[in-house]
Amino acid sequence: MTALLRTEGVHKSFGGVQALDECTVQIDEGTVAGLIGPNGSGKTTLFNVITGYAKADAGEVYLSGRKITNRAPDKVFALGIGRTFQLTRIFPSLTVMENMLVPCRGTRAADRKRAMEQLEFVGIAGYHAAQAGSLSYGQRKLLELAYVLVADPAIVLLDEPAGGVNLSLVNQIADRIRELNKAGKTFLIVEHNMEFVMGLCDQVTVLDSGTVVAAGPPDIVRTDRRVLDAYLGEDIGDDADPREGT
Amino acid sequence: MTGPDESRAPATGATQGTGAATTARSVLKVEDLAAGYGGGDVLRGVSLEVPEGGITCVVGPNGAGKSTLMASISGLLRPRLGSILLDGENLVGRSPRQILRLGVVQVPQNHSLFRDMTVRENVELGAYILADRAQTARRLTAVFDVFPQIADWAGQKAGSLSGGQQRLVEFARALMLEPRLLLLDEPSMGLAPKILRTVFGAIRQMNEAGTTILLVEQNARAGLRLSSHGVVMENGRVRLSGSGREVLENPEIGALYLGGAVSSG
Repeated sequence: MTALLRTEGVHKSFGGVQALDECTVQIDEGTVAGLIGPNGSGKTTLFNVITGYAKADAGEVYLSGRKITNRAPDKVFALGIGRTFQLTRIFPSLTVMENMLVPCRGTRAADRKRAMEQLEFVGIAGYHAAQAGSLSYGQRKLLELAYVLVADPAIVLLDEPAGGVNLSLVNQIADRIRELNKAGKTFLIVEHNMEFVMGLCDQVTVLDSGTVVAAGPPDIVRTDRRVLDAYLGEDIGDDADPREGT
Repeated sequence: MTGPDESRAPATGATQGTGAATTARSVLKVEDLAAGYGGGDVLRGVSLEVPEGGITCVVGPNGAGKSTLMASISGLLRPRLGSILLDGENLVGRSPRQILRLGVVQVPQNHSLFRDMTVRENVELGAYILADRAQTARRLTAVFDVFPQIADWAGQKAGSLSGGQQRLVEFARALMLEPRLLLLDEPSMGLAPKILRTVFGAIRQMNEAGTTILLVEQNARAGLRLSSHGVVMENGRVRLSGSGREVLENPEIGALYLGGAVSSG
């Protein structure tokens, strides 16, 4: 398989905090890839660097072998990387359909038709005329997924698609991802819900302190010592001393 | 009052469900607690006990309900079902201020000092509900006895301290009310590993001075090792509990964080 998306030695720091440290990740075409790691491990920062919302201090981002490092977000989107956000970014006072038409800037009948197809696909077509702000949190996630799909990106980055969503909607989201993947779509998913990640992804990359500590199929990653260490934390031993280190 | 006690829980590994059997009396008993924020329950029937004089550490993956549990105890969130008994008295339905007066003091997750005020002023604010100035002065002396290092910084602006030092000052502020139960919500959040030792050492200092502590911690290994009792939550339920060491050494803890087979639940 060939690398559709690749980051190479990406560094990013915020003040004194090194959020990404020599971060190299590869996503093969046609996979559903997971990106996991404890709080603060750099997952969302990596998404932001890939999609142009944060500038890499060093390192490169490649899409299908083409260098796209530090392009503006709209350029990255136009090149074929669609993303959703941890906290949904919809326009609450626009209707669901109007939201759908924002990314394709479309008003033509063909755009509306395509938008409606995507809404049907994610199962919220019935709400097309409703104000987006009236949707439940889970439905907003589906709307975000639909409007990323309407642009038909080469790869879809999902930031916590299952976060705060009830179980039946989680399953619905997982089913849609599987279906799209069967049709050839590539995904990179940040998610804390381990059942979701491990059940859905072919490949899982694990970040800790901004560095990749493991990558591979879910069953291999799950039993990796370094992954367990990343999640359970460093054991500081019995000699915790309040007079040290301040 | 004694320090951490590791000898009471059953010897055969952790138990499921409610807290491990202890002979120490419980300061806090949480029973069948269900709570959430309107979109369904985050806590789905949580029961646990906090034994007097110990450190009880709650760990678990993101979204397990740890912070929701803390918010329910301190009254910031009103549970839907269940009870929270402090020395037998139900806290459910009381305001945060009433719960504070009953002796439950929470140190929040995010840094919460007034940066432009001195360390002493910040610590004194912990006693804002006390009207008696002499009592406040006595408490300040007692707190500086627990944390002599903080007395050295008393005149400095809080904002000039390191992250780890600020945590210690927050602890000192919480001790001003001589809490019956001290709630610590992820005290290691945002601190470098080296500083962790300082903060965890300070937690031990407070416990050795007689304070009963309920600790929520993201660094599960460090938190459980420090604690006399451990509880693992996952998906709004208590999945493992026992002595800190038993929980720490239970192989199922990894599966609770990373998914995969867990024997029951």
